[in-house]
Amino acid sequence: MADAVYDQQLDAREGGRLALLKEFWSYFCENRGAVIGLAFFIAIVIVAVFADFFAPHLPNHQYRDAFLKPPFWQHGGSLTFPLGTDAVGRDILSRLIHGARYSLFIGCVVVSVALSVGVILGLIAGFFRGRVDTVIMRLMDIILAFPSLLLALVLVAILGPSLINAMIAIAIVQQPHYVRLTRAAVMGEMNKDYVTAARVIGVRKLRLMFVTILPNCMAPLIVQAALSFSTAILDAAALGFLGMGAQPPTPEWGTMLAEAREFILRAWWVVTFPGCAILLTVLAINMMGDGLRDALDPKLKRS
Amino acid sequence: MLTFILKKIGVIIPTFLGVTLIAFTFIRLLPGDPVLLLAGERGMSEERHARMMAEFGFDKPIIVQYGTYLNNLLHGDFGTSIVTKQPVLEEFATLFPATMELSLCAILFAVIVGLPAGMIAAVRRGSPFDHTVMASALTGYSMPIFWWGLLLIILFSGILGWTPVSGRISLMYFFEPVTGFMLIDSLLSGQPGAFVSAVKHLILPTIVLGTIPLAVIARQTRSAMLEVLGEDYIRTARAKGLSPSRVIGLHALRNAMIPVITVIGLQVGVLFAGAILTETIFSWPGIGKWMVDSIFRRDYTSVQGGLLLIAAIIMVVNLVVDLLYGLINPRIRHTE
Repeated sequence: MADAVYDQQLDAREGGRLALLKEFWSYFCENRGAVIGLAFFIAIVIVAVFADFFAPHLPNHQYRDAFLKPPFWQHGGSLTFPLGTDAVGRDILSRLIHGARYSLFIGCVVVSVALSVGVILGLIAGFFRGRVDTVIMRLMDIILAFPSLLLALVLVAILGPSLINAMIAIAIVQQPHYVRLTRAAVMGEMNKDYVTAARVIGVRKLRLMFVTILPNCMAPLIVQAALSFSTAILDAAALGFLGMGAQPPTPEWGTMLAEAREFILRAWWVVTFPGCAILLTVLAINMMGDGLRDALDPKLKRS
Repeated sequence: MLTFILKKIGVIIPTFLGVTLIAFTFIRLLPGDPVLLLAGERGMSEERHARMMAEFGFDKPIIVQYGTYLNNLLHGDFGTSIVTKQPVLEEFATLFPATMELSLCAILFAVIVGLPAGMIAAVRRGSPFDHTVMASALTGYSMPIFWWGLLLIILFSGILGWTPVSGRISLMYFFEPVTGFMLIDSLLSGQPGAFVSAVKHLILPTIVLGTIPLAVIARQTRSAMLEVLGEDYIRTARAKGLSPSRVIGLHALRNAMIPVITVIGLQVGVLFAGAILTETIFSWPGIGKWMVDSIFRRDYTSVQGGLLLIAAIIMVVNLVVDLLYGLINPRIRHTE
């Protein structure tokens, strides 16, 4: 009997979830920019996954007879190298396509590391309060006292310049934002009746934290995840540009820009295209993030 | 008000101690022997190594080392550069005005353009102007500024030849720095053309560094303005028959300014991060370029000192913004 009731409730909840998702989607679609951003982002993901299929050449193959070829619409360019070649004869389009993999990979790793560590710390701080809270929040204040890019640079100087270390550094720099958001959300939920009810029933602390409270704090975290995905790509590119991120010949967009710097007045295309790729990707994710915020933030929802 | 100030300062002191701890551990976390790193030598004799250990104080317990470090900081000793053998604080002080000048110009540019743009966008909500401003702001916000700088160099220096590529002033002019601000010094020098040259050198870096703050300020002004325009007292002011420019310029703007001022204050950290990239691109002799160069030259004492000084500046600015905010808005002051 009890089981049947429970099943019924579960069904109702499933339906509720679907309805919720539908509502979310309709709000998301109201923001045309967000839909465009999402479509563009999906396109980038597809290109990155099937990079070997889409790229006309190998990213690191040097064509000795084609140094600094301009893009195809300019005099001297050809469709063999649609966006031209760089100073050592590598096809720029193929490098950009393979570079998409790195950027998305960086975004995913940084967001998952920063999110999971930040959420756990934020949950602990908001749930237990008191001394633990003070210690965690002071630590986060210390990290936030430094300009993010500078701290990331210094961390990479300690760890040694490489893509992995750049990702670790960026994740460390970003997680205070997750801690603050989670803590604030948890503190908002703590006094609500359903939490008290769960406490009274005798739900264990871990379950209370992760199963009861956390799902209700997700909205701001999802928005933050989208924003920090784009920041991670930007920061990693900046580190690559400064020579402290992915190392040549990796076709990472920021690293490509660093290699192209000396040719800016001779060959505009080596500089222009990698930057365009960074800008468009980051822009698409930020447009998506704006849509997510509008759809998830109840305060702004109907204004 | 006094308790408010004291409370704010009370929070800042432990954070600052934490920052010193990070700067202190930084050198000890670096891979390799710290003595070799700090002496900038390789293959030192055993005996000399021991002597240097004692000189840098590495032979003492770590707590004592930290105590000595804090004590030195209190006496204004931020260490000595491994490469130039100059006191770090002195180097920082000579380079800081360059970064300060650039940052001030950038934030001024961002406010002068961003504030009216956000305001007009809010007043004409849904108009093509609004859409253009919001699209540009989002693009600016997503901009990899190191690339943006290179693009501007290609266009304005390469193709049009209007602006110089790097530095603060043409090498033709030379004068002793008085204030450290090139715009003021060039005027004071009285040399014809010096001021124009300084301005030309400043334009592109200002635009590059100001782009992200500009985008943030425009977005924030628009949303703050929209919120205020929906309030009852605005409707009342309109109903009283006040002119639209008076309602918007006086009543709405004043209240919309509060969140905007906070956002402007928060841009200090962003400006420092941006200065690292902007100064590197334009060979601007400021703190940002110095930090990057120091990292590459393995001048770790300079990195350590710079890290601490920059964090201290940001903390002080944030404190001032907090206090100003409390001064403008009594509601903040009296909560908790």
